[in-house]
Amino acid sequence: MKSLDQTTIVFTSRSANEGFARAVAACFATRLDPTLDEVADIKTAVSEAVTNAIVHAYPDTLGKITMRLRLLEDHQLEIQIKDNGVGIPDVEQARTPLFTTGNEERSGMGFTIMESFMDTLKVRSVVGKGTTVTMRRRIALRAGGGQ
Amino acid sequence: MPITIDKQNGATVISLRGEVDHHSARTIMENIDQTISSTLPMNLVLDLSSVTFMDSSGIAVLLRSLRQMDQLGGKLRVVGIPSQPRRVLEAAGIGRIITLA
Repeated sequence: MKSLDQTTIVFTSRSANEGFARAVAACFATRLDPTLDEVADIKTAVSEAVTNAIVHAYPDTLGKITMRLRLLEDHQLEIQIKDNGVGIPDVEQARTPLFTTGNEERSGMGFTIMESFMDTLKVRSVVGKGTTVTMRRRIALRAGGGQ
Repeated sequence: MPITIDKQNGATVISLRGEVDHHSARTIMENIDQTISSTLPMNLVLDLSSVTFMDSSGIAVLLRSLRQMDQLGGKLRVVGIPSQPRRVLEAAGIGRIITLA
C-alpha cells in the first residue's frame, strides 16, 4: 500500500520513553483527524508495543527502539515498533492472552490489547536479532478531515 | 503518579492520578502494597476517576490488588473508571473477575 508520508523516531529502552512514544504517535495521527477515542486507541496500542520492547527485548540492558509512523492510502495509519533485542522464541504463544515471561508487573495482555485496538497486527521476530511489530488502523473519514 | 488514601464508609479508598503505565506501575503497586499491609482493609476501593491513561500495566496493578485482598478475605471494587481505561479493562475481560463500577 502506498505511503503518503512518514516519520521515524529512535529512542532508548527507558520506561520514561513510553509516554514520549505515545505522544509522538498521537501527534502524527492527528493528520487523519481522528476522534479522541481513536487517538486513545492508538496511544494504548503504542504503549503496549513499546513496553514489550523495553521489558522483553532488552531485559538486562538498554537498547534502541525504532518507531516508524506512516500515513497510508485509504485513511490508514501504520505504526511499526522495531527492536534489536533478544527476540521471541514462539510468537504464537506470546500472543496468547495472559501469557507472559515477565514478572508480576506484567499482565500478559499486551498483544491482546494491541489486537483489540488496531485493525491489523503483525509480529515478526528472530531470536537473537529482534522483533518488529506492525499495526494498522483505519481512521474513519469525517467531514472536514484531512491528511 | 501520586496516589491519595482516604476512608469512606468503612472502606479504604485509594485514588490513582495521571498515567498508569509500565513506567509508573511499580511505584503504584508499592504504594498499594504498603496501604494494604498497614491498614488490613476488608473493603478496598480503587478510584480511577483521575487516571488520564492506562495500559495493560494497570491490569497488573488491579490483579495484584485483587490477589492481596483475596488473601485477606476482603473485597476489592474499582470505581470512577474513565473511558480509555474502561476500554482496556473490557478488552482484557477483567470485568469477569473484578467488580467494575
